[in-house]
Amino acid sequence: MAFTPSLDTALSLRGVEGRATSARNSLLRRLKTVLPVFPFVVYVALGLGVPTWIITNLAFRTRSGQLTMHNIRTITSGGQYLFGFETSLKLALVTSLIPGVVGTFLAYAIAQSDHEYFKRVLAAAAGVLANFGGVNLAFMFIAALGPAGLADAWLAHIHLNPWNHGFDLYKFSGVAFVYMYFQVPLMVLVITPALNGLRPQWREAASNLGASKRQYWRHVGLPVLMPPVLGSMLLLFGSGFSAYATAEAMTGGTIALTPIQIGAFLSGNVLSGEENIGYALGFGMIVILLVTVAGYTLLQRRTTRWLRA
Amino acid sequence: MSQEGLRDLLVDDALTSRDAPDSVPIRRRPRPRFGRAAILIIAAAYFILPVYAALDFSLQNLQGHFSLQPLTQIASQPGFGAAVGLSFKLSVVTLVIELLLMVPTVIYVHLRLPRFRRVMEIITILPIVIPPIVLILGVLQAAKPFQWLSASPYLLALVYVILAMPFVYRSLDSGLGALDLKTLVEASRSLGAGWIATMWRVLIPNLRTALISASVLTLALVFGEYTMASLDLWTTVPVWIVNSSTNNPHIQVAVSMIFLIAMWLVLTIIVSLDRSHRRGKGQLS
Repeated sequence: MAFTPSLDTALSLRGVEGRATSARNSLLRRLKTVLPVFPFVVYVALGLGVPTWIITNLAFRTRSGQLTMHNIRTITSGGQYLFGFETSLKLALVTSLIPGVVGTFLAYAIAQSDHEYFKRVLAAAAGVLANFGGVNLAFMFIAALGPAGLADAWLAHIHLNPWNHGFDLYKFSGVAFVYMYFQVPLMVLVITPALNGLRPQWREAASNLGASKRQYWRHVGLPVLMPPVLGSMLLLFGSGFSAYATAEAMTGGTIALTPIQIGAFLSGNVLSGEENIGYALGFGMIVILLVTVAGYTLLQRRTTRWLRA
Repeated sequence: MSQEGLRDLLVDDALTSRDAPDSVPIRRRPRPRFGRAAILIIAAAYFILPVYAALDFSLQNLQGHFSLQPLTQIASQPGFGAAVGLSFKLSVVTLVIELLLMVPTVIYVHLRLPRFRRVMEIITILPIVIPPIVLILGVLQAAKPFQWLSASPYLLALVYVILAMPFVYRSLDSGLGALDLKTLVEASRSLGAGWIATMWRVLIPNLRTALISASVLTLALVFGEYTMASLDLWTTVPVWIVNSSTNNPHIQVAVSMIFLIAMWLVLTIIVSLDRSHRRGKGQLS
């Protein structure tokens, strides 16, 4: 009687021990498989994680390092910083909605073409233009549409000088107009895979079942395309919200956008007592953009259900 | 197992879609598509007119007459040579770190750790999302305690590696997706090649197009990046364009246009290379 339990214990002990060693082995094996991605993970943690943590941390601290809500309260309680966020959000909204719609139609027009080479050249052009933000873009538009720009001269010939109709390249309307120059190609780039994922078979099936072109779009095309289109628009929203160089080079920092305000902070143009406001602004941008990414990921998941190209 | 099933499914689809062109001519009616043409023409006008206007502007002298003067004067502008040199050095360092870090990692993940692909996809989208202006804010603060780092221009290169990750990852990922990686590696290994030989002599030649386009995008990024360089107080080419005290705006625009045209040329060449590459593969199968 007393013997059995001890045998039981021994057996179960050995079992536990065996399980423990095998667990340790499998843990080791798993570690070994994961090891080669360590350099990448460490690099990203240092280059992306640490700076993000520092900004978050400093957003809630006074200059001398005490915890405070003062910075956050300052940027959310009105004044120029809240106005900066409003303008930035408005700009991001305008430059994601319009290029989102225009870019989708444009990408569709390109995708429908039968000339493979034409498509590839346009894809390369979209790649170039989507990355052609910043200083070079700003200077190109100053030459084209600035007060002494050539396109202005052409338009003035037909009595349509945009500067006489409320357009100012160095204000909101101008910045929004210029942003579309990289936002539309960006939309074309990101939405094209989804458009290519629309199978010809679906259209054939729909028409075999007697659907008209409109019915096909209403019941098949649009529902399938909606998540990727919205997701891509969110991406555009993020890109428009965080762009700095274009607006800075064009307006010389006179437009009240949050990125420009952070830039001013980094260049040392801050009032005393507001030294950590820059970090709070950065933190605010990160929060807004994280919400955007969360939405993007959700929509992406819906997309992949149908359009796994 | 599901992976295999998925591959079968994809192969199936590839076959059916390759069959599809045969059935297309029957369906197609020779009808001009005005909507499509209108969209393409308006877009072309929006994208080409500013380029044309800026080109025109960059080929004028100060009196507004046509002249090649701005182009000939670029090189002699004070500080321009130094800016190009710095941008060049940064782009080389960025590219080397980027490729050393990403190529082995992405290949390994494709071969042995496919579950990690989702994580990498999410991680590599973060640099698109976190604005450069916010990132540099944190980076400058993080590098502050390390004098040797914060005083060096190569701090920028280290951050550019992060900025370039989205392009490079996507390019490599799709390049590897188009290869039958497992077969290539197994064949190479069973012929007695070590890992380094396999990488260098089998995988990298097969990834040529993906690597070239990733590299070009990285170079374009480094040569065009203004936000971080200007706030870290280093005069790279874009910073020079903005700050140059030249009293000739035609020169500034000319430099911008050269940048655009160079990028365009290189990417178009890559596209053409890619095309011939694909055609060769098509003949094989």
